[in-house]
Formats: sequence, C-alpha cells, structure tokens
Amino acid sequence: MRLHRRELLGGAAFLFIGAAAGARAQWLPWRPEAGSPPAPFVQGPWIFFEAAEGAAVEAIVDRLIPPDPETPGGKDAGCAIFIDRQLAGPFGRRAGLYLSPPFIKGTKQQGPQDEDGPAQQYRKALAALDQYCKTSKGGVFASLGDADKDAVLSSLENGDAKLDGVDGSAFFELLVKNAQEGFFADPIYGGNRDMCAWRMIGFPGARYDYRDWVHRHNERYPRPPVSLEGRADWNARKT
Amino acid sequence: MREPRMRRSGGAALAAAIFASSLVASSRAQDKVGTSLDPENFDQIERGRYLAIAGDCTSCHTVPGSGQPFAGGRPIETPFGAVVGANITPDSETGIGAWSDETFVQALREGKGHDGELLYPAMPYVYYTKLTEPDALAIRAYLNTVKPVRNAVVSDTLPFPLDIRQGMAAWNALYFASGEFKPDPAKSTEWNRGAYLVEGLGHCGACHTPKSALGGDDPAHAFEGYALQGWFAPNITNDNERGLGGWSVADIAAYLKNGHNPTTASTGIMAEEITLSSSHMSDADLTAIATYLKALPGQTAAPAAAIPASDPEMVAGEAIYADECSACHGSDGKGVAYLFPSLAGSSNVRSADPTSLIRIVIEGARSVATAGEPTGPGMPSFAWKLSDDQAAAVLTYIRNAWGATSPAVGASQVSQGRKRASTASGR
Amino acid sequence: MARKLPRKDVAIVGLGWTGSILANELTDEGLDVVAIERGPWRDAPTDFPTTFDQDELRYRIRHDLFLRPEQLTFTFRNKMSEQALPIRDWGAFMPMTGVGGGGVHWNAETFRFLPTDFVLKTHLTQRYGARFLPDDMTIQDFGVTYDDLEPHYDQFEYLCGTSGAAGNLKGQILEGGNPFEGPRSRPYPNPPQAQPFSHTLFSKAARELGYKPFPQPSGNMSQAYMNPLGARLGPCTYCGFCEWFGCGNYSKAAPQTTILPTLVRKSNFSYRAECEVTRINVDRSGKRATGVTYVDASGEEWEQPADLVILAAFTIFNVQLLMMSGIGKPYDPVANEGVIGRNFTHQTISDAIGFFDKDKFNFNPFIASGSIGMCIDEFNGDNFDHGPLGFVGGGYMGQVQTGGRPIENTHVPPGTPKWGAKWKSAVRDNYLSTVTPGTGVHGSFYSYRDVYLDRDPLYQDRFGRALMRMTIDFHENEIKQNAYLTDKFAEIIKAMGAKEVEKQPRKAPYDVTKYQTTHLCGGAIMGTDPTTSALNRYLQSWDVSNLFVMGASAFPQNAGYNPTGTVAALAYWSAQAIRTQYLKNPGPLVHA
Repeated sequence: MRLHRRELLGGAAFLFIGAAAGARAQWLPWRPEAGSPPAPFVQGPWIFFEAAEGAAVEAIVDRLIPPDPETPGGKDAGCAIFIDRQLAGPFGRRAGLYLSPPFIKGTKQQGPQDEDGPAQQYRKALAALDQYCKTSKGGVFASLGDADKDAVLSSLENGDAKLDGVDGSAFFELLVKNAQEGFFADPIYGGNRDMCAWRMIGFPGARYDYRDWVHRHNERYPRPPVSLEGRADWNARKT
Repeated sequence: MREPRMRRSGGAALAAAIFASSLVASSRAQDKVGTSLDPENFDQIERGRYLAIAGDCTSCHTVPGSGQPFAGGRPIETPFGAVVGANITPDSETGIGAWSDETFVQALREGKGHDGELLYPAMPYVYYTKLTEPDALAIRAYLNTVKPVRNAVVSDTLPFPLDIRQGMAAWNALYFASGEFKPDPAKSTEWNRGAYLVEGLGHCGACHTPKSALGGDDPAHAFEGYALQGWFAPNITNDNERGLGGWSVADIAAYLKNGHNPTTASTGIMAEEITLSSSHMSDADLTAIATYLKALPGQTAAPAAAIPASDPEMVAGEAIYADECSACHGSDGKGVAYLFPSLAGSSNVRSADPTSLIRIVIEGARSVATAGEPTGPGMPSFAWKLSDDQAAAVLTYIRNAWGATSPAVGASQVSQGRKRASTASGR
Repeated sequence: MARKLPRKDVAIVGLGWTGSILANELTDEGLDVVAIERGPWRDAPTDFPTTFDQDELRYRIRHDLFLRPEQLTFTFRNKMSEQALPIRDWGAFMPMTGVGGGGVHWNAETFRFLPTDFVLKTHLTQRYGARFLPDDMTIQDFGVTYDDLEPHYDQFEYLCGTSGAAGNLKGQILEGGNPFEGPRSRPYPNPPQAQPFSHTLFSKAARELGYKPFPQPSGNMSQAYMNPLGARLGPCTYCGFCEWFGCGNYSKAAPQTTILPTLVRKSNFSYRAECEVTRINVDRSGKRATGVTYVDASGEEWEQPADLVILAAFTIFNVQLLMMSGIGKPYDPVANEGVIGRNFTHQTISDAIGFFDKDKFNFNPFIASGSIGMCIDEFNGDNFDHGPLGFVGGGYMGQVQTGGRPIENTHVPPGTPKWGAKWKSAVRDNYLSTVTPGTGVHGSFYSYRDVYLDRDPLYQDRFGRALMRMTIDFHENEIKQNAYLTDKFAEIIKAMGAKEVEKQPRKAPYDVTKYQTTHLCGGAIMGTDPTTSALNRYLQSWDVSNLFVMGASAFPQNAGYNPTGTVAALAYWSAQAIRTQYLKNPGPLVHA
C-alpha cells in the first residue's frame, strides 16, 4: 500500500504494526474527512428543464400542493426545483437500475418496464400536456386559471385526458410522487424550502437524539426542525 | 499476537550484577567493531525487546506497512523541517551492525553518532540519557536479533543552517542535561519506576512539554502541553482544570493500556503510541507511570473568565450541540462510558490550545482499537456541515458548558485548522 | 483466465451476519479464513454518520446503501404461465451489499421461532390431519428442533445485546414477556427499550382485549453494552432512521458493532471487499469443492482455493451460486423433483392505520427505533386453533412504528384526495396523531409447489449469466390468514381510541413493487431427506460435503417472525458442528 509522506506525519490514518506481527490492519478503515455527504443545494437556473417545462412544472406542483396562509405551495416550497435537480441527476437517468433490454410490458405487479426513464418521461409528457391544454383549454398549462388547471390534473389522474404518446395517468402518479418527495425531503435537495413542510406537520427534521423525549408521552416536541445544512439558530446573532 | 508476560527486574543493583560481565567487556572494547553481547542471553534480549517497545523505537525507525522493522526511512515532522529515522537494524553497512556496544549506548544517552557527529534531538537522547547502562545494552541486545535490512537512509534532510550538526553543541549546552536517572529514596519504588519511564524511556515530554523557539524543553512548565504535527498534546500533570486531576491512577493506566477509559478515547498521534508501545507494557509499569503523573503538581493559574450562557456564541453553540453532538456525547455532555468521550469534565476540552478539538471536528476521528477495547469508535467529519463560525461557536460552547470555563474559539482558528487538514491529506 | 491464489483453509462467500459469525468461529479454531464480499467496506463514522444519515430521500427512497439492480437483479412472475420480467428497481424487498450485509440496515427485530415452527409438517398433520393442508403446500420439518438451537439463539442475543423481556424462562412463564415463546435458558442481556406513547396505548388496548402484549425483542440497545467479544455498543437514541439506514452511533447490533472489531485483529483472518464470487469450484467427481472463483473491482478474475467453502450470501444469491456451480439437482416444479430452488418463500405482512383526534393525541412518530414495538403472539404459528378457520400459519402483530419520516408517513384518512388543498390540510392535521405500524401484521408464508427459483431463459447479468427467476404468488391460505389477522389487529388499533381505522390487508397477486420485508427464504433448504432438501441438519450440502450454506435460504418455509435470529442461531449451530465434528473427520455429517 502506498503511503504518502504527509499521511505519515498526520498520525493515525490507517495504521499497521511494523515491528510485531507483520503488516496488519488493526481496525476498520478510516481516513480524515471520509464520507460522502450530500452536495449542498445551489440556487440557480433550471439545469434540466427548458423554460416552458419549468413553468409547467411550477404550475403543476402549485396545484398539487396549493399555497395557503400558513404554508407555501409546491412552487414556493421549491418542489419544481427539486424535480429539476432530480431529473438532471442519477434519478433522472436511472443510474444503478437494470436497463438491459428487452423492454416488455408486463403486469402491474411486475413493475415499470419502460424504455424511457424519468428524464425522458417528463420531457415527452410535459410537451404532450401543453399540447393537450392548448387544444382543449386554449393555452399551455401554466397559462390556465386554477380551476382549469385542477380540471386538467383530475382528468390526467382518472385517465380521461389522452396525451399524445404518453400514459397520462402514469405520468400524473409520477408527478404527485415527485412533488411530494420534494415537499418532504431535506431542503438540501432543493424543495421543502426553509423546512416549510416539516414545520407544517411538526417533523423535527435531521435530528438523532430523542432520549430525553421518549418518556414524554402526548407532549408537543418543542425544538424547531433542522436540516442536513443546519438551521438559522446555528449562527450567532450579531448584536 | 500475544505478548509474553514481562517481569520487571528487581532494580538497578540487581541489573548491574547480572550484566556486570558485559559492562566490563564493553569498557575494554572501545575500539572493537560490532557487538560484544551474548546472542544466547534470552533474558537480556527479552528485556531489551520490552524496553524497545516502552521507548516506542519502532515509531520513528520503522516505515508503517513496510514489513521491515527498524530499517529506518520514516520522516519525522519537527518545527524545523523533517528529519528521517535511521536504520537501526544490525546491517553492517547501512545499519548499526558495525557499531560497538559503547557507541550504541552513547548514541542513546549522549546524542552522539557513530563518527562522533551530533544527533538531532528528534532522537530523544535528552530523555534517553536517563537510561541505565544495562537497560541501554539490553535494547542493543534485542536490536542485534532484528532482521538486518540493507537500507541507506539519508539523515541530513534539514535546511541550512540546521544541517550543520556542530550547531547542536550550542543547543545541547542550553537544553541537554546528561545523566542517568537517580531514584529518589524518599519516594516509593513505584513512583521511581514511573519517573524512570516518564522522564526517560517513555520520553513523554517530547510531545507533552512546551518548548522554546529553538525546540528545547521549557522545564518550568514540564508536561503542561505542546502543539505538534497539527495536534495539541495535552497537559498531563495532575492539574484539576487542564490536566489529569479528574482521572484516577487506574483511569490513566487503562487509557495507556487500552486506549480508552470511562471518559475518553485516544486518537491521533497518541493512538499510534498506544498501539505500538503502551498497550504492550505491563500493568505494573503503566500503574507506575500513572502514579508518577498524578504526583506532578497542578498549576495554580486562575481559570479563564466564564463566558455566559446568554452570549450569542454560546446560544448558537448550544443549538448546534443539541442538534449535532448530543446523540453521542449526550445532552449532559457525559458521553457513553468507553464509547463516546465525556466532554463534561474533560481537560482536553478545556485545553488552552484548541488545536486538537478543531482538528477532530473538521476531520472526524478514529479512536484507537486495541485488544482490550477492539471497537475503536469513530466520529464523523463536520468539515462540510459547519462553517468556521459555527464550528467555533460549538467548540466555545462545549468549553464553557457544564461548569467549565475556557477561552473561546475563534473562526480564524478553525479556518487555519481546516487549511492544515487539507494540506496534510494532500488536497 | 482466472489467476490462482495461495490456498486458504476456508473461503467464505459474503461478509454479512453469517459470514462474520462463521469467520469468527473458524478463526477461533485456528483456521486460515478469507471472506470475499461483493460490496464495499461500510462503517458508521464514514458511511452512515450522524451528520448525514438522516436522509429519507437518499436511503429509503433512492436505496443508496443497497445493491444496484444494474449489478445484479432477478426476474419475477406470479405464475408459471407468465413470462418473467426483470426487477429493474427494487420494491418488494431490498437486497443489501457491502460488509455487514443486511445487518447494517435491518431494524434489528430479533425473534426466535416457536418450537412448533421447526417441526411444522409433523405438528400440523398431527393436530389437524394431512387433508387440512392444501395439496400443493410443501412445508417440511427443519431437521433441527428449537431445543437444538436454544443455546445458539442465546449466543446471538448476547452477541447483540438484544433488549427484551423474557416470557418463558426455563419453563416458567413470566409476566410482561411473550408467553408463547419457547423456553429460554436465561434472560435477555438488556432490558426492553422505552416505548413511545402510541406503543403503550397499543399495549393497554391489547391487554384490555385479553391479550398478553410484550416488547418486541430489539437489537437496538436499551443501554450501553459490552458484548462477550469486548465490543462496545451505545444506547439507542430513538432517531427514527433505522431500517434502510445504517446506525451512526453504534447502538444497533450489526457485524460492524459486534464481531468485526475483534475479527479484523486476527492474523488468520483476511477479507476481499468489492469482489464478486461467480462460481464455487468443484472437482471432477462433483462431490468436493476446491474453492471459489471471483471477479475483483477492476474485472480481474481470481481463483481462491480452499479446503472448506461457506456460502454466506443472501438467500437468492446462495441459490444462484449453487445452480451456476452445478451443485445439487435444480428443482423442476412440473416433475416435482430436484431441490435447488424449491420452497421459496417471503412474508405475509399487512397494516392497519389508525387516525386519532389531533387535539387529544400527539404520538411524535419520529421518536422511534427499528425494533420499537409492543406485540402480541396469540395469532402466531399454531398458537390458536385453526380448525374452524380454514387456514394454517399466523404471525405476530403489534404497534411497530419505526419512524415518522415524512415522505412515507404522511397518511391521510381514506377518501381524502391524493393531492390538492384537502390533501395538504389532511396531512397537516393527521401527521402527529396517526398510528402507522408498518409491519403491523407479520405473518408466515408457507411453501408451495409453484413458488420457486430457477434461471431466467432470457435476461442476463453483466457477466452474461442468467438472472435468477422468482415465480411467486400468494396462495389462498396466506390471504385468508392475513385477512383474519388484519381484522384482529384493526380491533386493537380501534380500541386504542382511533376515530378511524384503515385496514390494509394483503391481497393477491404478489406485487414486486410493494415493500413487504426483505425476508426472502428457501431455495436451498435444510432437511432430513436429500430428495427434498439441499442441506442436512447442519447446513452441510448433501452433495458436496465440504460446502456449508448459511442463511434463510435454508428455511423450508417462513414462520411468522423476522428471520435473522433464527438465521444466526443456525449459523452458530452449523459452526459448532464444523468445529466439533467436521474438522476432526471431514466428510458427510449425516448419512441419509
């Protein structure tokens, strides 16, 4: 094993006994700053979506999770940003999944057998959706009023809306799933901005120690939520 | 691999009697090349092997993973640059095989090399000078049995003007008091044994005693802590606030043996020391060391001013602690015995110098795994998670919570620690 | 062309629970052991630390710790008449990869099987008559008894620091424990964990209905613990990120926290991570294994000769390697012959979700651990009279709520729209006051002639080997069992004070997209008859006597309990046989 000089100077990186029983690891492997934490969220323009697609998804998630006086809707919560980042990453390209052909449609319980992954599905379906809305409602999805938007989504859900070349109700299921994932996932992934969804339900977030609370039955847990990136109280208030 | 039980020999007088013949032999053989020691003297060799472990010779003289014990070549970081450990296998050309026994003893105890050149005090002769001659010869006898390795080590690695070895004479005049250990008859045998090991072979002061700008020990502050190689080797006097005052003799001995005791775990350079050296030493010797350390008086310095809990740094630090640290270290700071160190009551946490604390938070840490405590629990790295300000706040918090008072940690100190960490791992 | 490595005494395929147990036992015997693991090293401070472990999206939804189907997967069909299609993304179960195996991400529910579970065929036939059992049910006796395994259950529980309350101590029934369990020789090493609010309500309701609830035996530590190997574990902190997650603070029993620290120190143990075993090599007689062949991370092929081979991979991978290596006769469901692939089973689980008045009940569902549960066993195994009911089998049931992670635990009452303003406000109003047990009903899955494993004729893995094909569906017996149990379970949830209970009984057909535990069992089963089993009672292959096959692949059918405790007990039992009998006299330990 190559050992860099500087690692030797640093001390206990991966130690061997030289003198005694020959080179032998004494404990489980470790390196300084080891581990693969999630990449911090970076605000910015769409990475995956084209402008029209982004506008459509923002409009969709804001109806799937509408804003109310207490809690932002899907758009302000960042659900569309979440989906954009997911589609641009391993989820969108189905990294790690078994993608060998042939792709044969089976029973529902055999699971998805699509040749297209989520990235392609969104691309095709959003185009088909806007086309459908133009034809049936006179404008792309994002341009419609709330009542019309909801009507389109309902008919996607129940299969009435026929999108060109796309399974509309399957796409709708994917939308709901991804929007809700974005709503409830850690804000480091782009959604659940400022942990608004967690505040809504009372989920304390990325905590690890409830020993002082397991015996306190039927009591509201008082600490605010914290995400993998921390929370505002971690920063000393400047006076 | 199991260590044979080591029986401590009966004392200097007995040792002298046993080895009298070899002493006489070596004094008559100043010009003799090579060793005069009897290669069949199993007792002497075993004693030497134990002493070489106690002195942790392998740490500087063996490249880890090389499979070539004592063949030298390991760089040792000093404030002046890196020096390289010599080849002390019995190879006659590149090792010390051709040295006479007297020359060997002189190297250990006087800091003089084979050709009379002065050694750098990275070779801790200022401490090994305390060795008795029989002990030094026993080490020689053991090294005679090690596999000879042909490895020509380049020792002159320091930059000008430090490469002029004669300069060490002036340094020695300031910082080197040559002389064998003299037991104190007013103290117990155990204390004396502990003193012999701590002040001598164990060379604890090499890391734990603060040093002058020239790198010499500051005797007025012996064992009060020293920053080296990116760590702060803590105060190991019996001081209640910053030293071992809160530990019992058994706690210290357990720490040296297993790397863990109920309130702490060893990591960093000391973890290597424990692995290579003290975990192989006898319980009696470890207790002796502990006894001696506990007898070193504490300092009477007044503790730093308390930082109130309402201070914004403390408030932020408390929030971070509750969210990120309490799952292992507990909301009361007491950790879990033998698993997660107690931060409450920890003199390490209250060290004047927070270098080690910063390093552990940034890099994470793997505590030592030994036969007695095999788990070796690790702490994750917070480098990506906490900013310099946040790391400083939580460190300030743990240093001033649960009744402790210590200087705050600043963001710039964390930033420096981060830079050092990325340099050290080659990024 | 595989390059040959120096010989080892033992080659172990897989370094999960059973691999670690066998490695530790056999190195203690002085043997030179190498373990070969497909996945990477995994350890708490680097791979699942407390700094980023709490990530539901990454670990539960995107399966980050698990085997990538791209590396290896299976095909699936319900019936023999269908074409099997690949499982392109995991759903019904989650095969693990990496050192520690399933022991890293499990909930740590540590049950023992009932004494009757081991002699199921004999017992049910005696009690109900052979005609009570469906014609195509292929259950068998294990070939070992509960009494054989009791010391090894004990060994595993003390290795793990299992937290629990004994119900049957040497025949004496103790209040607060499971009165149905087989007798244990000593109490659990740790007391039960503290139970959160909803679990205590379940317990109270169950007691009032006449049941005897007990705390689920848990491999999450109720207090700091040092195990017999000197490993240290810390107290569980109820973080609610247990199953599918590694434990960041050493409080879940796993190979990493219990065995590996001692194992890696031994000079006669070595391991190869990120190396995939592709074949067990046998000599020309076909009766003796000569070692294994594996492929390392850079694609190089190596041959590791060994005198003894231990197959310690996950269920289906064990079966796959036996089949690929030509060991044992593959099962043919039509002819009803052969053994490799037969008696494949899973688990029959279901749920009942309770919606409570939010102004009266705050359950803090996020305060949880993997084996937090108050359970009852009245409807497990043959603990109740099946005569009038028309099915056999059963399971434990309990409020076993292992977390409140919001992506999966924001249920809304039946009839609520799945999106929109009403959905959102229902989520808000119900999150803290909903009881979502998860595996509320944890029922047995008995074996059938047409539920089995074989090789897929069409789909292949990255090495060009056929994928394993699962043919699996629910039979009427399990559906009836589950309907009955779910009703009983829902009664208790209602009695807790729920204003509404949504029953979610298991329905056929078996759906490979819906998670229903990773308790896949069978395919290389143990038994007393070589024509209907692959292994003898010591888990030794009937065909290749220097090959032992660990794991739940040995179960002739699955009982109504999580399998790990029994898997580990069998591993210790087999290790004991190897140490005390086989090594002294290598060869078949049982002559059928």
